[in-house]
Parts: sequence; structure tokens; C-alpha cells
Amino acid sequence: MELKKKLSILSDAAKYDAACTSSGVSRSGKKWNIGSSAACGICHSFSADGRCISLLKVLMSNVCAYDCAYCVNRRSNDTPRATFAPRELADLTMAFYRRNYIEGLFLSSAVVGTPDDTCVLMLKTLEILRNEYRFGGYIHTKAIPGADKSLLARLGMLSDRMSVNIELPSQESLKLLAPEKSKSGILKPMGAIKEMIDENRHDLVVYRHTPSFVPGGQSTQMIVGATPETDLKILRLASGLYNKYRLKRVFYSAYVPVVEASNLPALDVKPPLLREHRLYQADWLLRFYGFSADELLDEKHQNFNPLIDPKCDWALHHMDQFPVEINKAPYETLLRVPGIGVTGARKIIAARRTSRLDEISLRRIGISLKRAQYFILCNGRSPVNEFIPSDSIIKSLLSQKSVTEIESRQFEQLSLFDTTQEDLQKCLTGQM
Amino acid sequence: MLNRSDVTYIYDGTFNGLLTCIFESFEKHETPFNIAPADSPVGFLISPKEIKTDEIKALRVVKGIISHMGGRGMEMVEDGYYTCLPDKELVILDFVKMGMRLGECVCDMLAVPIVSTLQKAITHFHREKHLLTGFIRFSEHNGVLVSKIDPKNRVLPKMAQHFCDRYRNETFFIYDATHKEGLLYNNSKAYIIPIDDYIQPDADESELQARDLWKLFYDTIAIKERYNPVCRMSHLPMRYRHNMTEFTHIQGNKMLS
Repeated sequence: MELKKKLSILSDAAKYDAACTSSGVSRSGKKWNIGSSAACGICHSFSADGRCISLLKVLMSNVCAYDCAYCVNRRSNDTPRATFAPRELADLTMAFYRRNYIEGLFLSSAVVGTPDDTCVLMLKTLEILRNEYRFGGYIHTKAIPGADKSLLARLGMLSDRMSVNIELPSQESLKLLAPEKSKSGILKPMGAIKEMIDENRHDLVVYRHTPSFVPGGQSTQMIVGATPETDLKILRLASGLYNKYRLKRVFYSAYVPVVEASNLPALDVKPPLLREHRLYQADWLLRFYGFSADELLDEKHQNFNPLIDPKCDWALHHMDQFPVEINKAPYETLLRVPGIGVTGARKIIAARRTSRLDEISLRRIGISLKRAQYFILCNGRSPVNEFIPSDSIIKSLLSQKSVTEIESRQFEQLSLFDTTQEDLQKCLTGQM
Repeated sequence: MLNRSDVTYIYDGTFNGLLTCIFESFEKHETPFNIAPADSPVGFLISPKEIKTDEIKALRVVKGIISHMGGRGMEMVEDGYYTCLPDKELVILDFVKMGMRLGECVCDMLAVPIVSTLQKAITHFHREKHLLTGFIRFSEHNGVLVSKIDPKNRVLPKMAQHFCDRYRNETFFIYDATHKEGLLYNNSKAYIIPIDDYIQPDADESELQARDLWKLFYDTIAIKERYNPVCRMSHLPMRYRHNMTEFTHIQGNKMLS
């Protein structure tokens, strides 16, 4: 088969994998013939859906032995099939890398024959790249569940990051949609990779020249919206994965209906993009803002408010902790103010060492006060103009999209909550 | 700052030249009305004063900045020089004057207008540099990789390191059309040379094939149910696209580069 055709089939099959980051590893090109890696990651392009293209994202093969209901590559689906030859793929990677099209390779695969066979095929590709071409760029490999641990270990030695996809957020959903996969079957390789990373980290301390095993850590992905799990359940699972398996990233992928099945959403259902967006926002809050899953959602509110972002939502439910004095509040508290992020909080901390900050200096530093103004005090004074109507307060807390959506529903008055409208107003004007 | 005199310093546009201007300003206790590179128009009624670049004076300024404002201060001055900030020379001079008085903490005084202006320009510079490390597209011609960019800031000198490290065994050339200079890397040595104009040679068979494959990959990888041009626009502004293969290359067409 022609290379063009193969690339078209195998990148088309890989596009639903969300992970396309090249971050977490800093490697100079010195020891290699070509290639280096930057810890911050580099995006090389952005596709028409606005997602970053950093790696050449392809499947080794889409000839799958499994029959998972949600997957395009399932055995029973009538779709063109192809498999890369290891050298073919290695050469293609090099051609793209030299022209600075990509940061490296993202290699996943359907299960060709047995998991071990698939692993061997992937291993061959990586060996050509790393050992023969002395390629020092980024390589992300998908671990194939069910493959032998020694093969996994060899893949890990050649990769920068590995991932095992959780796919669905619960055992029941897996049973329903992916009968050949099980929770334990997925968590087993994840646990094995974690163990090997820990072992390697220990060895690196003891022996100076130990080759590093998956230096960029591991990540995973789950599909959102194909099954009835709540946001709370998904977020708890994610936070468990971060803590227990020390994952670097959990990716959420809004389910795009690609195949017709009785136990799946219909083909004309739109992917729940907003929900995915809210989950990512919450994910960031878990990783960088010191929030825990149970702070953001509880048994009463199991899903995120579609109209307002999770941080702002949290703040509105905890008005007793606001406003905070911008000149005194510790870093952790500043981070919890809606509208202030990691960069903003750091800048505030740095700038207030030399002078007290007022509203004008905050603007000069580059802090957007659109949201933050309702939650902060500058030198004991709130930057909010007291006479603005509550409608516009709410508007400024919402994104433009949400505002249009509410307005199109023709509410008499904009409202985020049914009962607490007055309370909110009191909080914002300082009466409470 | 206070008491601007009516002289305008004219320097040769180099970093050492700018440092010599700073030296002059400190030595004469005068704050120039403006500091301008030699080729820029000078206003009427302003007396120009040509500052001859002096390596020794420049070195003394570097030492002074490092001892008073630390490595961070020096880095800001240097990065500031590469930005596209209008009147960056005066901003840098004011920044150095402040730094000499107050010490390293000026770097954090983001609430002071002059520092904030400089810092924002530097952030813009770094962002553009970072984006371009990804957006540059090389074409191969007889084993040499060539590329063209037109950035707002002068990113080439600071970007050289990244590419020299990555393609250490290759020969490559990046042409900056805005600042009319090129980065040439050959035999483990990098040179930045002023070049007036540069036209990319026509692509050969293997180059066209690589472009075809890349364009194909780019088009295939997007999920059409998630089509979101606004999001793409904010990550990848239009001004970068005319140099990028995936936007300029038409499959099977041999004419377009």
C-alpha cells in the first residue's frame, strides 16, 4: 500500500487520542545525532479543531483483535485497515522532524494479533529511531494492556512518556462497552510503569549512568459523555490517579459518536465539548491551584455548572472567605481568587515586596480585574464601583458565551442561583 | 525621566552601541531626548550626537549592571534590546538608571510604568520566540535546510541556540525578512549575517513528497465534529501562516512553495 494512504488511515484512526503534549523532558541534543527536547513542550501547529499538533500522532496498525463498542477500529467495523512497517514509520518521523514539522512521535496501536506482537512491532520502530538514527526527539508510547512486562520495560527505556488509556470512568461502563477490557487489566500496566519509574528514580540516585525510564512520566485518557458517570466521579478518579499513580496528566476526551451501537449515544449527538472544557478547568485546579475534588463538587452538586467556571463557582459558594487583601494574602489564597492565576499570583507576590499595590498598579502588572475585582481588596478598599447593577456583576463573572446563552433563554433577571441572588449581592457589596 | 536635554544619541544599532550610549549618558549626567539607530529619521530642532561604539565602555556598563542589578537585570536589558518596543533604547536607559539606584529589586517592580512597559515587551518577545521554535518550517534543498520567518521582534539571535542544539549535525539557514538577517549554521558553527533579500529555491521531488505527506497529516488529524477556527486563530495567528507548509502547500501542486 502507498505510504500516503497508510498515513491517512493511521492518523485518522489516531486522532481521537487527546494526548499530544511534548512536555516534561529536558534533553540537550549533545549525545544524539539529531533532536532535543524542551521541558515546556513545543506546539508545532494547530489543527482546524484548535488542538495542538506537537507529535506525529499515528497508530502502528489499526487491524484490531478487540471489539470495543465506542472505538472506530473495532473488529466488526467496516473500515480500511493498514499497518506501518517499522522502518517506514521511522523514516517518515525523521523526514518530518528534520523539517521542524513535529517535536517527535506519538505511537499508539490497535492490538494486532496478540498484545505481545503489537509491542514487538512498536519496539522495532523505536529501536530504529533511537539506536540507528540516534534520534533525540520526544517519543510518547501507548502501553498495550496485556503485553509482557519485559516488553513494556524495553518500550519505556526508549520512550519519554508512556500512557495507558482508562477509556471509561467505571468498571460497569467498561463491561458494557469494552467487554474485552477490565479495570484491573488497565490498571495493571499503569501500576507496573509506576513501579518501574520509582525503581529507576532510585537507581538514578545510586548509579550515575543509569539510562532513564519514561523520564516524562505517564498519562492517561478517559472518554467523557459516552456513559452516565457524573463529573464528581470522573474528578475523583482523576485525583486518585494523580495521587496514587503519580500521573503527569489525565486527558478528557468528549465522546464523538463514530459508530452506531444500541448502548451508545446516537450518531447525531454533539460531543459534550463544554463539559470537557469544565473538566479540564477543574483538572488544572487540582494540579496547580491546590484544590481537591471534593471542594469543587459534592454529593449535592455532582456536575459542574455549565454557565460558570469551576473556580468562580467555588468562590461564589464560599463568599465567607472573600474578599482577600491583595497586599497581605498568602500565595495559596491569591490562587483561589477568580481571575488570578499562577502567573498573576506570582507577579503580585513579587511586585508587592517593593510597594503597596492599588487598583491601578494591579492593572499595570497585567492582572485582569474583570472577575477578580469582586473578590479582592486593595489597601482595604474594594475596587468595585458600588453603583453598578447586579446584572452586570453576573455578566462579568460569566463568559460571553454563557451570557448570550442566558439571554437567549429570556430570563427576566440574570441569575446563577435560584435563591441566593440577594445573598450574592450582599456579599459583593460587603454587607455580609 | 527628569530634565531631558535636547540631544539625540545616534548609535550604530548594535547592543554594544546601546551600552555605549548608556555609558555616555551616565558620564555626561545628561538624559538624551532620544536614542536612535543611525538609519532612523531624526526630528527637526534636535541636535544629533553621534555615539561611537566602544567595546571597553560597553563592557564597563555590563559589569556595572551585573554588580548593581544582578544577572536578572542584565538579562532584562539584553532581552529588551531585542524587542520591537518603540523607543526601547530610552526605556532601557531609564530602567538602568532606576536599577543603579535601587538594585536588583527593580526587576520585580512591575507596578512602576517603565518596568511594566519593558517587562511586557520582553514577554511579547519571549512568546514570539517560543511560538516560532515550533512554527518554523524547513525545506530541504541539496541537504541544506532553509526557512524564512518575519517576526516582529528580533528573535533570531536568541533562537539560534535551540536550533543549533537540535540540528547539530545538519546545515541550516533561517532568514529573518523583517530584520534582513540570516542565521547560518554549518560544521557546528553559527553565524548571523545581514542579508538584503533571499528567495527560496524551488522544491525538488523528495521535498514535495514530504510536504504532501505533512499536509495530508495536518488535514486528517483534525476532528471535524470539533471544528473550532476561533480557537485555532488564538493559538496560531494569521501572521505566521504564510510561512507554514500546511497553509501554503497545495497537494500535488509543484508550483507553490
